Amino acid sequence: MNLFIEGILKAIEMILSGDREIFKITYTTLQVCLTAIFISTLIGIPFGVFLGLNSFPGKKIVLVFVNIGMGLPPVVAGLYITMLLWRSGPLGHLGLLYTTHAIVIAQVLVSLPIIIGLTSAAFQQMDSKMLMQIKALGATRFQKVGLLLRETKLAIMAAIMAGLGRVLAEVGAAMMVGGNIKGDTRILTTSMVMEVSQGNFDVAIALSFILMTLAFIITFILTSLQQRKQLV
Amino acid sequence: MKIVSQIVLMFLLIFVITACKSNDNNEGQPSHGQKDMILATTTSTQDSGLLDVLIPIFEEKYNINVKTIAVGTGQALAMGKQGEADALLTHAPTSEEELVETEEVINRKRVMYNDFIIIGPKADPARISGADINTALQRISENKATFVSRGDGSGTHKMELDLWEKARVDPSNESWYIETGQGMGSTLQLSAEREGYLLADRATYLAHANNFEHMSVLVEGTDELLNIYHVMQVNDKNHGLVNGEAGLLFVEFMVSNEAQEIIKDFGVEQYNQPLFFQYTE
Repeated sequence: MNLFIEGILKAIEMILSGDREIFKITYTTLQVCLTAIFISTLIGIPFGVFLGLNSFPGKKIVLVFVNIGMGLPPVVAGLYITMLLWRSGPLGHLGLLYTTHAIVIAQVLVSLPIIIGLTSAAFQQMDSKMLMQIKALGATRFQKVGLLLRETKLAIMAAIMAGLGRVLAEVGAAMMVGGNIKGDTRILTTSMVMEVSQGNFDVAIALSFILMTLAFIITFILTSLQQRKQLV
Repeated sequence: MKIVSQIVLMFLLIFVITACKSNDNNEGQPSHGQKDMILATTTSTQDSGLLDVLIPIFEEKYNINVKTIAVGTGQALAMGKQGEADALLTHAPTSEEELVETEEVINRKRVMYNDFIIIGPKADPARISGADINTALQRISENKATFVSRGDGSGTHKMELDLWEKARVDPSNESWYIETGQGMGSTLQLSAEREGYLLADRATYLAHANNFEHMSVLVEGTDELLNIYHVMQVNDKNHGLVNGEAGLLFVEFMVSNEAQEIIKDFGVEQYNQPLFFQYTE
């Protein structure tokens, strides 16, 4: 219990003293996670909408892969990306391994299936009568998708939050493809693992508070966006 | 509330966009002047904080950006073999010599040493305190006292396996022999919880010592327990993407007087004893 209090005090001390390294780590974490979730959202929602609204041969297989992807262990994602980005691997010449780009790629890989899966589930659940009605009222394709997006806002925001949770919590892949390099690819989760292995529990606890606070603030914003009253 | 959240969302968007941009800038850097170099090394050199002192000096001197990847010696050597790193700083002489023979690495030079120690609970159930290393390991085995092994192919693990072999004990299938497969720090913590014996490098132990007062150093100070670190560059002839120039500069830097002076004094202030000793050829 003492350690817990020490951790809180350490966190306050580190933030108040303007520890540059902590700020750098927190900034990198935000940068990497938000970029990853931004990309995942940008790709995932249209893809999820497409999967949810259309039926085509092989759709079931695609859904199976998306659903497996939702449970893809980050370490597996990390391993595959490491092998791809190795100098001896197919994309080695790009020199991406041990950069923040590599972490973003890994995080997109683990969060994209969540966003696709949950979005397509929301669209599949759509009342077919409503779809007919929209059609009957002569809506264009874009108007239709726009209306449906508004209708499924709750579920889509939930999908983004679930993806974000995955990305913020992720450590295995970030460690593997980022290498936890000081001042470069060190993010909150990987530095926590390192501090624990060095026996600096107070610092690790302090970092955990920073991470939890970040998660809280971002989720709070997204939740208030989600719960906002409909404009219509 | 609506306006507030919209403004916040705008900020987030701007943040993400600037994030993408600043990343691009970083990426542009290596091609203009500053070069990247990957150093694969053991966890002990990073966990002790030594590299945090040495690397910035090297980076500034040669305008090279060093990416330090702290893994076990086994993985570091494998990275060297595959050409995934440019320079290696490791402590498993026998395995290193194999790579020298096949010319996977070149310019291997001795840098420094410290020593391994056997740590155990102060109560010392197997009565190994002060014994020589062979006797100590035999007594642990006879008493079936818990022994915690790294089990991760690291330099420390390789050393431990050598020592068991020399003591003519094969602990691999015994119930009192625990393999963690983790780094030195985590393994130390586990052995402290389980009150087991273990082999550790002195630098990591000193960094952790205040976290568990019921453990102490029981066997130390024999030649067999020397922990010797070598630096080497990966042979750039075998792999097109290896930065041979930076690797060579790093090897030369590590054995230079400037680096050796820092190694000699490192840790004295904090632990009242040096963590590493000069040991160049």
